[in-house]
Parts: sequence; structure tokens; C-alpha cells
Amino acid sequence: MSLERFINQAVSSWMSEEGPDSDIVLSSRIRLARNFENFKFPTLFSHEEAQSIILKMEEILSESNFTKFGKMELLKIDDIQPLQKRVLVEKHLISPNLAEDSPYGAVLLTENEEVSIMINEEDHIRIQCLFPGLQLTEALEAANEVDDWLESHIHFGFDEKHGYLTSCPTNVGTGLRASVMMHLPGLMLTQQINRIIPAINQLGLVVRGIYGEGSEALGNIFQISNQITLGKSEEDICRDLKGVVSQLISQERSAREALRKTSNIQLEDRVFRSYGVLSNCRIIETKEAAKCLSDVRLGIDMGYINHLPKNILNELMILTQPGFLQQYAGGHLRANDRDIRRAALIRERLKMEQDKR
Amino acid sequence: MICQECNQRPAALHFTKIINGEKTEVNLCEKCAQEKGEMFMFTGGSGFTFNNLLAGLLNIDPTVQKQNQNTFHQEEVLQCNRCSMTFPQFIKVGRFGCAHCYETFKEQLPPVLRRLHSGNGTHSGKIPKRIGGGIHLKKQVESLKNELKELIKQEEFEEAAKIRDEIRSLEKELPGSSKGGE
Repeated sequence: MSLERFINQAVSSWMSEEGPDSDIVLSSRIRLARNFENFKFPTLFSHEEAQSIILKMEEILSESNFTKFGKMELLKIDDIQPLQKRVLVEKHLISPNLAEDSPYGAVLLTENEEVSIMINEEDHIRIQCLFPGLQLTEALEAANEVDDWLESHIHFGFDEKHGYLTSCPTNVGTGLRASVMMHLPGLMLTQQINRIIPAINQLGLVVRGIYGEGSEALGNIFQISNQITLGKSEEDICRDLKGVVSQLISQERSAREALRKTSNIQLEDRVFRSYGVLSNCRIIETKEAAKCLSDVRLGIDMGYINHLPKNILNELMILTQPGFLQQYAGGHLRANDRDIRRAALIRERLKMEQDKR
Repeated sequence: MICQECNQRPAALHFTKIINGEKTEVNLCEKCAQEKGEMFMFTGGSGFTFNNLLAGLLNIDPTVQKQNQNTFHQEEVLQCNRCSMTFPQFIKVGRFGCAHCYETFKEQLPPVLRRLHSGNGTHSGKIPKRIGGGIHLKKQVESLKNELKELIKQEEFEEAAKIRDEIRSLEKELPGSSKGGE
């Protein structure tokens, strides 16, 4: 398969399209946790209960005409190849937990992959909407529509005091987890991030690096999400998160301007060195690739590099993950073979843009 | 300082838990710390999962513990009649068994939920349509009443009067609330 076709098939809309503030905000995600009132939660439910939940979802899918977000397809985790599972995880369409530890799991996916519904993960149902750029309100609206649709067919566990009842007490109430993925190289380079993260944590929000293990943020990409789900309305949760994100955006922008003023040539040098590595490397590890991609993306945003599309960071961060590389290669790869493949894929992708000129 | 758990041995382990900005001082002797699973923080990363963390948090809560002991002394353990989950079990795994557990453990939950959600205990978000408009109105009135209290505290009486009128008119719409009061 040609790389171009592979990418077209592999890329979800949040990776390829641009949204508001997408120079800094890569994506906005809303997740709603819901449970059937009369079935035990997935930690305890029986094989029969699990099956009837999947059956019910299939029934709802075939009976109702919910096409607002395009055609939906139901995939059972058992029927998906291990490599494909990994790809779905890398695209954030399913959780690692659903892929590995949910024997009765399934997922409902829309064609453009903006909406996914995980079934029988930690909760019976988890609605997820993933939009490009800063679009929390839009994503919440979409998730609410999906929720209303399901609610017209299912009695969700709910009580007046506790709200939507979830398996884990940390999700009860709204069942809402709103998160925003941000690219913050300016705050990293100026070392302001170490001061900012504790401040954000105090506001009941969580900051973590994505793709990296622990707190390390690979490619200067951070995920910021709400911690509290009970006692605030969905709109308030999103508004509070959006408030913090907007502040981060303006701080990141001023950090970038400060860098341009104080160390313009150093920054330009850094950007083009990284571009040089990416376009010439023959072996590259995830960590180095992430660092260089972040530099190149910063270079695009700041106008040093003009011939590359902005979404190249989103796209290549995902496409160079182990699962994708192996899917592209058509089979299992050892770690050092992956590093070679990764280098080849990145080079080829950058060449595609060169050729377009 | 004496261990807060056994009240006998001297406390060897002192630490502060900060959850959502809320600080809790913990002073334990080595033995109790080990038993309570608090030592995992110091014995390397293995077993450091969210569940442990949550279970640890639930365990350390004095209110939960008191209730734990009470039920133990009475030799009757609180158990959900739909999924058979017991309260000690819930504390251990940090997950409920079914939606009905929330009803079964409702007396025990408030301190747990307050801890997890920065002092909040009552849902104020979306409500399923099937449950009907009654709750929506009630919630609205509740939040207006809170607003009213705030305004009175700040001596913004003009604004407060407007809110009061709004509450009155909403309460008229509430089914079966013509007598007023709660």
C-alpha cells in the first residue's frame, strides 16, 4: 500500500483537520460514563449480562436511525486482531483497558472516528467525542446528543443525589471527563511549565504528558483534564477547563514571542536541525522522533518552515507509534526494526510534501 | 508521637496526603503502615495502582473506619442485595458492584465522595429526560437559594430580592410544593 493511501485510511478527523487555536491545542475530548440501571457493573457482571448489553446495543443500532455523526459500526474486542487493537488505542479511540482487560468489550465507531462508544469497559457505556482544536463545547454538545439517543433506549443508572452512577466513585455525577491535548514547547523551553503544573493541579485539574511514561511529556504534548465530576454541571466543568486552557494558550504564545525576541537564531537553528534529523535519519526512536516533531511543528507555527502542513505533528506522532508502524509493515516488528521503519516512514512523509512543491 | 492507628507504638511514618488540595496528616507506626498498605509508596513502584491509591484513601478516612468498626462489632456487614458487594469489599477494590450499591451504601458515601470531589456531594449536572421536569425545577430552585444566601451575605439586597421573587415563581410550578418549605 502506498504511504499516502495508508495515511488517508489511518487518520481520524481530529488528526487531519484544523480547529480553533489548533496551533497549540491539538484536540478536545469529552467522555461520558453511563451504566445500565439493572445490570451489575463490568467488574462483577456475568457472561450473560455482558452479552445482553452487547445485544441491546446491536439492537439499538439496527432499529434506530441515528446518523447524525455518520454510519456507525460495532466491533467486538474479541474479533479484532491484536495489532488493530493497538492501533485503535494509539488513535485514542479505545482505552488500553478495553483492549487488554475487557473480555466482553466492544466499541461503536463512526466513520470519521469523531465519536466512539466503548462498551463493557470499566462502565457499561463510555461515550467519547474527539474534536480537533479547542472545541470543548462542540464536543460536549455532540456527546450529549449521543447520550440522549442512547437514553431514549436504555434506562441509565441515575439518582437525584449522586447523578449518573458509575463503577468508580471518581466518575460519579456527570460521568464527564473533559480533556484537552496541548502542544506547549514554548513553556517547556522557557521552563515555565514546572511552575504552571502545580498551579493547575490546585484548581482540581490534572496535567499529564501523553505517550510518555509517568510524568514525562513526550513531544511537549500535555493533556489537561478535570478531576471532579460531582457537584458541578457539565457546562461548568468545561468552562473551567476552557478558562485554564485559554490562559495556557496565551502564556504559550507569549513564551514563543519571548523566544523569538531573545534567541531567534538559536530557535531557528533548533527547528532546522530537527527537520534535518527527521528528513535524513535512518534509525530513530520514539523519543527522539517526538522531540524533533515537536521542534518542527513549532517551526511551522512560528513561520520558520512554510512548506509543511500544520497537522504533521498530530499525524506523525500517531503514525510512528509501534502499532501503526507494524500495521503499515503488515506484521510484527522487533524494536530495532521499528526504529528503522519509523525513520523510513517519516522521511517518506516529508518527501511527499517536498514533491508537492 | 504515637501511631494514630494502634495508639500504642510510636509513629515512624509521617506524611501528608494532598487530594484536590485538601491536606491530611498521617502518622503511623511501621507495623500499621505495612498492614494498611501505605508502605507501597516506599517499597518501589510495584503495585502502585490507582485502585491501591483509592482504597488507601478510603481506608484512611476516620468516618469510614468508624463505620467499618461498628459494623464489625455488630457482626453484620453492610451488603448490597443486588450484587452482594459488601462495604469492606468496596473499600478494598475501590469500585462499586452495581448501580444499587449507591443506595445501599448511601449513609457511608458522603465523606468518601466529598474527599474525591473537593467537598461536593450532590449532583448538579445533566438529568435523564425520563426522570422528568420535577427534578430540573427543584435543582434550579436549590441553586437559586444558594445564590440568594451568597447575595445576602454580601448585603446585595436589591439583587437578592430579584432572586427571591424568581424562586417564588419557580416554586409555584413545582408539583406538590404549594405548602412551601423543603
